[in-house]
Amino acid sequence: MKPTRAFISLLLLGMVGCGGGGDKGGAAPAASGTVLIGHYGSMTGSEATFGQSTDNGIRLAIKEVNAAGGVKGRMVELKTYDDQGKSQEAGTAVTRLITDDKVVAVLGEVASSLSLAGGRVAQQYGVPMISPSSTNPQVTQIGDKIFRVCFLDPFQGWVEAKFARETLKANTAAILYDQGQAYSKGLAQYFKEAFTQMGGTITTEQAFTGGDQDFSAQLTTIRQTNPDVILVPGYYTEAGNVAIQVRKLGIKAPLLGGDGWDSTQLAAIGKEAIEGSYFSNHYSFQEKRPEVENFVSKYETAHGQKPDGLAALGYDAARLLFDAMGRAPSWDGTALAKAIAETKDFPGVTGKITIDPERNAKKSAVVVKMEGGIPVYVTTIEPPQ
Amino acid sequence: MMARSFLGAVAPLAVGFALAVALHLAAGSLIAPFYVKLLMDIGINVILAVSLNLVNGFTGQFSIGHAGFMAVGGYAAGVITYYGSFLLFGNTHVAEGWLTGGDLLFVGGCLFGAVLAALAGFVVGLPSLRLRGDYLAIVTLGFGEILRVLLQRTGDVLQTAEQVEKAGVGTLATSLGGSLGFSGLPYYTDLFWVYVFVTITLVVALRLKFSSLGRAFLSIRENEIAAEAVGVNTTRLKVRAFVLAAGFAGIAGGLFAHEIGTSLNPRELGFQKSFDVVIMVVLGGMGSVSGAVLAAIVLTLLPEALRGFSEFRMPIYALALILMMILRPQGLLGLREIWEMKWLKR
Amino acid sequence: MTKFLQTLMDGVAVGSLYALIALGYTMVYGTLQFINFAHSDVFVLGAWVSYTLAVVLGYAASGSHPPLWAGLLILVAAMATCGAVGFTIERLAYRPLRQAPRLNVLITAIGVSLLLQNVGQLKWFFGTQPQRMPSLIEDRVLGTVAGVSMHAVDVIGAGTAIALMLVLEWLIFRTRLGRAMRAVSHDTAVASLMGINVDAVISFTFVLGSSLAAAAGFLYAMKYPGLNQPAHATWVLLGLKAFVAAVIGGIGNVRGAMLGGFLIALIELFGAAYLSPHLRDIYVFSILIIVLLVRPAGILGTSVAEKV
Repeated sequence: MKPTRAFISLLLLGMVGCGGGGDKGGAAPAASGTVLIGHYGSMTGSEATFGQSTDNGIRLAIKEVNAAGGVKGRMVELKTYDDQGKSQEAGTAVTRLITDDKVVAVLGEVASSLSLAGGRVAQQYGVPMISPSSTNPQVTQIGDKIFRVCFLDPFQGWVEAKFARETLKANTAAILYDQGQAYSKGLAQYFKEAFTQMGGTITTEQAFTGGDQDFSAQLTTIRQTNPDVILVPGYYTEAGNVAIQVRKLGIKAPLLGGDGWDSTQLAAIGKEAIEGSYFSNHYSFQEKRPEVENFVSKYETAHGQKPDGLAALGYDAARLLFDAMGRAPSWDGTALAKAIAETKDFPGVTGKITIDPERNAKKSAVVVKMEGGIPVYVTTIEPPQ
Repeated sequence: MMARSFLGAVAPLAVGFALAVALHLAAGSLIAPFYVKLLMDIGINVILAVSLNLVNGFTGQFSIGHAGFMAVGGYAAGVITYYGSFLLFGNTHVAEGWLTGGDLLFVGGCLFGAVLAALAGFVVGLPSLRLRGDYLAIVTLGFGEILRVLLQRTGDVLQTAEQVEKAGVGTLATSLGGSLGFSGLPYYTDLFWVYVFVTITLVVALRLKFSSLGRAFLSIRENEIAAEAVGVNTTRLKVRAFVLAAGFAGIAGGLFAHEIGTSLNPRELGFQKSFDVVIMVVLGGMGSVSGAVLAAIVLTLLPEALRGFSEFRMPIYALALILMMILRPQGLLGLREIWEMKWLKR
Repeated sequence: MTKFLQTLMDGVAVGSLYALIALGYTMVYGTLQFINFAHSDVFVLGAWVSYTLAVVLGYAASGSHPPLWAGLLILVAAMATCGAVGFTIERLAYRPLRQAPRLNVLITAIGVSLLLQNVGQLKWFFGTQPQRMPSLIEDRVLGTVAGVSMHAVDVIGAGTAIALMLVLEWLIFRTRLGRAMRAVSHDTAVASLMGINVDAVISFTFVLGSSLAAAAGFLYAMKYPGLNQPAHATWVLLGLKAFVAAVIGGIGNVRGAMLGGFLIALIELFGAAYLSPHLRDIYVFSILIIVLLVRPAGILGTSVAEKV
């Protein structure tokens, strides 16, 4: 009978350990008079700038709204959890935010695979979640509590194709995408569809796996097809490396990318190789709109550098949430979600935001060019009506 | 004689199942949802650690591909429940009711996952267990990597019932979400099922250890050449342990896949996850079932408790591993079980 | 033809790096009979130390043209630093376990590997962001053969690697120290009976292997200047492939490691160029499995029957 006794004692030990761990990890409910919202992002790991920028934007919005008296008289408090760039941790973080910290709403994430993981939890518990920067269409399809304030990848691919055809006058394009990343694969797909529909030809599609350093095989093939422009949808780490090798192989065509390129590290890695390349983004700090100038100056004072698209989206997501919280009769999941869904023409830093019936944001995109190590504003492209 | 050994097998199972039922009933009212999730995580890690112990602890082989078998089990179970739900119920909501329809589909999926994982264990283990121990580590690592690359190349998950009905078995088997991951699985995992399987795993492991087969395993670990010399078919037994461990890892994978807040992502079921399990087995004591359980509990709770210091987690684990190997290589409990520890005996 | 030559050239360039790393694995296995999992992390350390030195010496600023000796200085400094790290690891983590079962040392090696990776990521060390290695060799095109341009970086890189390998070959087969190393790897107990200071030889082996890995790291950073953060999967895969190279050549065999390095690189790159670039990792691991099943001792290795 020894094993049985032991088994019981082990189980009890486990529960004791649980309780102990719980006490250490449990959070006190928000002090009366404040309301708690949650943010989960990649604060460490290989995409750490994504989470950190977004968090900065959110905190700036919170500081502003609290200075103006809070939402419905209550101060806003933020709880941020690091998901280390893993979907496993994203799910755990959102579960903890909702069930342990009892947040009213969740903001996050940037990477679509992480938004999918966290979003399912939020939907399960009926707490609204707004993703600042996830562009994969599947995210808002999870359910009626999941929203986003950025544009979708199908639109982004179309924007890049339009820019390539009309502004760069490109007839042929080659694509080099990351097959291990859904974002990269999706964007490549949408660009290809739009580009061919606009009369262009895709000369070749080559793939690499994220983390690869050697693209010589793929680039040699691309060079042989002599494209006018090369699409490199992916994150800034790979974009920099690809650019270096593209120029090393003597390819002169400009590179084209998406919002994943948006990071100060892009120029740090790419240096002269990335000069003269373009990418689509959510906003440019050089835009001459009052919301932009206001935000840029406040952010620069607080953090000493110009805000990137992710910080702007974090800022907009938080402010849109506060606006909805102000309009909602109560803050339970259904009422709050309804208020968010009714957002119309919200003046965001990243453009006028209207939440459509699919809980996505219909917005314009900007295209920027890398000049002197800075993304310089080129043009704005509106969505087709 | 027969009755006594039968009781010896049934009694712990009965106790375990009763506890599982108790936990399940308590889950709604007495235990807060976040701690329910923690308890489920603990249970899954216990299954992983105890099963890896069969290979690393009992037979003394060194496998670092355990997460790969977990992935095989998880994806296989996911295919059954996800696409099966579409075909049977027309949607992927959790079918209400305990031990009926949806639950049976889920358990069936997990068992199917276990079988598939065991098969994978056989395919990987049979050729590599003939070689020296160090090579097994590399081969299991390589297997995990190959699996990851293959999973990342699978197609998008089908979203509607119509698509699923039209698709053939081949399409369903390869629509696993690729690098976006396989999410959207119905949340069938609850405390009851986790602890039912934990009970089964523990009973199997403990009875194995104190049986003659278990002694044969341990002899391989102590001195493989001597074991071979006294007639133990080392290769066959090593493969057997490996396959059994893989099967249980498959069950853990199935439970993991259907747990709230998790999703199957090829990148996260690689050597990082395998190391996490190896660390549990090593720190708990290779060959000790209760040691593995203790380590699994502690190492599941620790990251949550130390959330503020998450960047130090891995360096601390690594340091703990090195120090443990130098100062106390047998781990916390060594080969003994917790009730065999000298200071517990009166 | 261009594609073939380009792939061949890249294969030789990358292969020389794999070979340098593989040498470290094989030498340690030869003397201590265990796989030093932490070896590839010394390679990563070499790359990042080179980066840090280049930044500290001020070459990261745009428009700076470092003199030719700067590259050599940083290479030597990186090799020395990593040699010291290798020495420390052996002394602190492996020597106490000299008599322990092999499994324990393997686990310790994994621990050291994880420690190096994750400590390297902390903000007091190298951080979590990718960085750009300043170019220390002016990237000129030296000539064009059948449409394939030969870059200075590649030529110097492969040349340095091959030079180092030739030095190692001389060291191991033509000096007394090398003879001592070979003796220790043949039979440690008898070697000590012959008056060889086994501890010193083992330490030296580690230092040598680690400095070669550091050199590989430096050359790698020259060729692929976008350095990923220290715990990134890229590095682990690279280390794994170098290990596969050592195994294929015959683990414990120095010339085998060199051969294996070039072989693996050529297989990987030709597979990527002519078959599917998506599966390049699979080519390497499949070769490993095939070799382990068919000829576990490797190409140049000798199968040693275990005497009981």
